[in-house]
Amino acid sequence: MIRTRRISRVARGDRRPWTFYALATVFMLYVAALYGPMICIYILSFQDIRGGLVFPMKGHSLHWFIDLFTQVRTGDVRGSFDRSIKLAALVTMITLVVSLMAGLAFRRRFFGDTFVFYLMIGSLVAPGLVLGLGIGLLFQWIGISASWYTSALGAQLSWTLPFGVLVMFAVMSRFNSVWEEAARDLGASRWQTIHLVVIPVLAPGLVAVALFGFTLSYDEFARTLQTAGSLNTLPLEIWSMTLNVTSPSLYALGTVTTIVSFIIIGACIGAIIVINKRRGMRATGH
Amino acid sequence: MPFRKIQNEVQSGQVMQRPNLSAWLYVTPLMLVLIPFFLLPTLVVLVASFFETDGFGGLLPTFTLANYLDVLTSTQTLLLYVTTLKFAILTWFFTLIIGFLVAYFLVFHVKNQLLAIGLFLICTIPFWTSNIIRMISWIPLLGKEGLVNSTLLGIGVIREPLEVLLYSGLAVVIAYVHQLTIFMVVPIFNSLARIDKRVVEAALDAGASRLDVMRYIIIPMSKSGIALGSTFVISIVMGDFFVVKVMSGGGSASVVSAFYENVGVLQYPIAAASAVLLTLVLIVMIALILRVVDIRREITQ
Repeated sequence: MIRTRRISRVARGDRRPWTFYALATVFMLYVAALYGPMICIYILSFQDIRGGLVFPMKGHSLHWFIDLFTQVRTGDVRGSFDRSIKLAALVTMITLVVSLMAGLAFRRRFFGDTFVFYLMIGSLVAPGLVLGLGIGLLFQWIGISASWYTSALGAQLSWTLPFGVLVMFAVMSRFNSVWEEAARDLGASRWQTIHLVVIPVLAPGLVAVALFGFTLSYDEFARTLQTAGSLNTLPLEIWSMTLNVTSPSLYALGTVTTIVSFIIIGACIGAIIVINKRRGMRATGH
Repeated sequence: MPFRKIQNEVQSGQVMQRPNLSAWLYVTPLMLVLIPFFLLPTLVVLVASFFETDGFGGLLPTFTLANYLDVLTSTQTLLLYVTTLKFAILTWFFTLIIGFLVAYFLVFHVKNQLLAIGLFLICTIPFWTSNIIRMISWIPLLGKEGLVNSTLLGIGVIREPLEVLLYSGLAVVIAYVHQLTIFMVVPIFNSLARIDKRVVEAALDAGASRLDVMRYIIIPMSKSGIALGSTFVISIVMGDFFVVKVMSGGGSASVVSAFYENVGVLQYPIAAASAVLLTLVLIVMIALILRVVDIRREITQ
């Protein structure tokens, strides 16, 4: 008994073992390495016109941000940004609907499910550039010209959908089908069950899928490279900038894309909070 | 689980006829994307690998093994695979160690669950910003006049700036680990979080040392997460070219970067042959991982 008590006290962490401090250090170093470099470029993007790619920082201004959106030599940042946002929004909507449907299908085994599953895994791990070439050649043979809203859209979906469906698997595994059965017992049609029971219950998970879809598309590079046609998306524009531009404009672009990402994550987390709050209010009878 | 087995048997039997159809109805949109944008393009690449080029980006529909011979007999291919595998293994090793330690810390050492989730989110946030930006963010640190060099010069550890930091194999591995550790943290975190803490306490009560707990409980029970993370990391590194291209400064190439060069000069058949070869290598590597763990069961359970 005495032995048991001593051990469980240690296990509960009344006195932390040395491994706690070692692992906490590893964790802090990891976070520092994760954020450190990025914070550096955010700071360096606010230099004035004399600024360079390394420290020390020379003055501060918004020069490189203005440069980014006005200068022609940095390329078509505004146009590609516009296309990327539109494409990402399209990808998000399709990913959301298709992943939800596939998630519903995979709750039970069906004939050919293993085939569909491994097709999905294959699509997920296929080298993006190889797939891009395949899609490019396919479009060439059929005689459709590649563009960001056809071939690039499909190429991105072949990557966001497996991700979305995998997230749906995780979400669905926590879904209690008793609610669905109850709805059916009460006379709800299949569509009513999905619309009034399944979707509201899964809503936070669906927001997560949307978030995945958006950021994966917004940041997609390898699959888009061969399939975007003549007009660039933002990652392609950034890529060509890394090859040509050697000014803090590049860092300014990094800062801008980060801010946009944060706004999107903020909106999604806000949506989850609102959904949960509404649900809480409904549960307590308004 | 025997119950699940019974359930599966019942469903795959006569009862399954109707749900079968509706399930296929639900996956139809998924197939409408995967078939034209994954399966067909893969087949197109396979077919193109047996074609000849007319030298102007056009393909002559013949059947030749010359492309494969070209790829397989060049010593450059071997070197590329050695480099790529070296990067893949180093990245896999470091992301696994760091990812496991980080996930383990969050699940087993941070007692406040809200704090654990908060710290976990902190790890995932950089994942939402552009890969390329995260990669170039190493330039101010690792460059010849970067922070690391100027600090080391300042302390007096070195006299000359270290050239090996940027545009080198080291920089490539650093960039990969920076980008991909999260792919280890997330699945390992998930599988560790599923371990019932009472099992660990029972083992400790029964006199197991903490090393035993690690060896016989935690590592075996987290192997699905490790397998999933390894699949992500290895397939991304093997299929990547732009980290290698930017971070090595042209010093080293990967299998995919050679492929990209071939596409650039419109040598589609050779590019296709090397793509098929790479895909086969990837399939073998992932099949090896899948032999250890049934990913599907682990994800859906």
